[in-house]
Amino acid sequence: MTKTLYDKLWDAHVVRQNDNGTSLIYIDRHLVHEVTSPQAFEGLRLAGRQPWRKDTVLAVPDHNVPTTDRSQPATDPAARLQLQTLDDNCESFGLTQFKIHDLRQGVVHVIGPEQGATLPGMTVVCGDSHTSTHGAFGALAFGIGTSEVEHVLATQCLVLKKSQSMRVTVNGRMPTGVTAKDLILAIIGKIGTAGSTGSVIEFAGEAISNLSMEGRMTICNMAIEAGARSGLIAVDDTTIDYVKNRPFGPQGEMLAQAENTWRQLQSDPDAHFDQEIVIDAASIEPQVSWGTSPEMVAPISGIVPDPANINGATKAEGMKNALKYMDLTPGTPIMEIRPDVIFIGSCTNGRIEDLRAAADVIRGKKIAHTIKLALVVPGSGLVKQQAEEEGLDQIFKDAGFEWREPGCSMCLAMNSDRLQSGERCASTSNRNFEGRQGQGGRTHLVSPAMAAAAAIAGHFVDVRQLG
Amino acid sequence: MQPFTQINGLVIPLNRPNVDTDAIIPKQYLKSIHRTGFGENLFDDWRYVDPGEPYMDHTKRRINPDFVLNQERYSNGEILLAQENYGCGSSREHAVWAMVNFGIRVVIAPSFADIFYGNTLNNGLLAITLPPEIIDQLFAEVEAAPGYRLQVDLTEKTITTPTGREIKFVIEEYRRHRLLNGLDDIGMTLLHAAEIRAYEATRRCQAPWLFDAR
Ligand code: SF4
Repeated sequence: MTKTLYDKLWDAHVVRQNDNGTSLIYIDRHLVHEVTSPQAFEGLRLAGRQPWRKDTVLAVPDHNVPTTDRSQPATDPAARLQLQTLDDNCESFGLTQFKIHDLRQGVVHVIGPEQGATLPGMTVVCGDSHTSTHGAFGALAFGIGTSEVEHVLATQCLVLKKSQSMRVTVNGRMPTGVTAKDLILAIIGKIGTAGSTGSVIEFAGEAISNLSMEGRMTICNMAIEAGARSGLIAVDDTTIDYVKNRPFGPQGEMLAQAENTWRQLQSDPDAHFDQEIVIDAASIEPQVSWGTSPEMVAPISGIVPDPANINGATKAEGMKNALKYMDLTPGTPIMEIRPDVIFIGSCTNGRIEDLRAAADVIRGKKIAHTIKLALVVPGSGLVKQQAEEEGLDQIFKDAGFEWREPGCSMCLAMNSDRLQSGERCASTSNRNFEGRQGQGGRTHLVSPAMAAAAAIAGHFVDVRQLG
Repeated sequence: MQPFTQINGLVIPLNRPNVDTDAIIPKQYLKSIHRTGFGENLFDDWRYVDPGEPYMDHTKRRINPDFVLNQERYSNGEILLAQENYGCGSSREHAVWAMVNFGIRVVIAPSFADIFYGNTLNNGLLAITLPPEIIDQLFAEVEAAPGYRLQVDLTEKTITTPTGREIKFVIEEYRRHRLLNGLDDIGMTLLHAAEIRAYEATRRCQAPWLFDAR
């Protein structure tokens, strides 16, 4: 029988099939951060349990960490306690953690791949929905809740029901200046935020194969924003080149053996998918979100849509709420929207390629005087170091950006990097929900190049037309 | 975990689609290292007019009188009626804890986001999906009749309206079983410890780099 990549990954991890339609699935890698783990460790302790396989766990603080002066502890006592709790739990259970002063610290979904802790063919979980990112490596990766974090710690397994499968094929080549971020925003705009609920999406086609690993991670990262539990991309030379010789990965002979196995991680040519979507890459323009759900996006040449033209009362009502929250009028050209704040970072777009793309646009220019704050928050300490070696930090600083320490930062504003009420942000992160970047804050999701272009122009602009 | 068999509860209508977990419990409350104490911050940004922070006395904050949770007729509601894609966004189980802490025992919607749906099960919160037409009808009934209650019976898989109309719902058998019995998932999995070890032994031969890479 022919199999999809998802079938292959699933079958390789079934420990047992229960008679009620669920399966016990084995987990190879468990990434842990400070926000969704304390209650899980507390649960273990209360039940007198120990982690089943300590070597599968890699922990890092990222959501709460300050991005300014790291010689000082977090000023917020609650954040400090949560960070301390992660230290204590890793210490007492004997788990590997990249602590806050470790050069390897960063956003959990950036550091996993960077370290080779994410490998093709693995099951990867984390108490974080954007775990879907790791699917870019042909790994079955998905976010879990805290009870499941505890379950994986205690048993190395999860009780799961197999999802439906969906394939999004992106044919052709993307126009110059259009990035992975624009592509995934356009896909979500097309299928909707619940478009793949209950499914695992495999991204395929020429435009996907042509993407770097960074671009593929951006795509899979936002699969969750289309409702999917996981995103997947087949293994090819690009994947293998990226994972070779990383600290946590295999070396030498074992690497050769692994490579043989990894190369089989593809859907069979005639495999059946429950749902198929085909997209023409050439039709994609740079995208900007205008509302409070990632499906509310428009091309840069577009306008803010009118709820009056929408079928369906609930949907129109949702749009009206969004426009009110975003303080936007239907018909406004996207290019006339003026952000106050620029945020470049997050697990969607905080990798080296993202910083290079933004720096290319900014080089030798200054941010518009109307921009109140422009932040670059590298995804990890190693990304930051690499960027500094390439002189990118200087390009950003010369333009008027702040160059920060790695963490989630303004992607979710748990630390002190947040929007003031009413402020509008061009953000390279993944969610534009109400209050996501600070209560009353308004988020427009864009690619790093588009965020950089908006910083220079003072309003959204097609990066391809910026002189 | 508290077992769930049946309740007769007041219904709170939250008539908007795509209610995300950031709305259910805003991020500033995720700094807690406990599982309880989230109830007064459920839907915080919608419920209060002023911005909230942990450690505030939330009883002293200004409330938004228009928001359903603040309306007298819905106070002590135990059943949340919601719209499509409820619970989308982050994996934070705090969203479910906040609902449970607040006193919600059942949430009914046309669809739920996957991770949220999984989290409900691990906390004894019954999540029921019904077709959009039935949901819309329920919204109309709740809004028209103060004191509107539903009888939800998990044993029979039925919802009964105040007029005695019975609505059947579908739920996967393993979910129903776990909810009815309030079962601890980890304990159940550990019954299969020998099978997990056997799997590991096989897997180690096939993919040794997953065990001995470093
Ligand atoms: S960067 Fe944003 S989306 Fe990514 S893990 Fe951090 S908070 Fe979540």
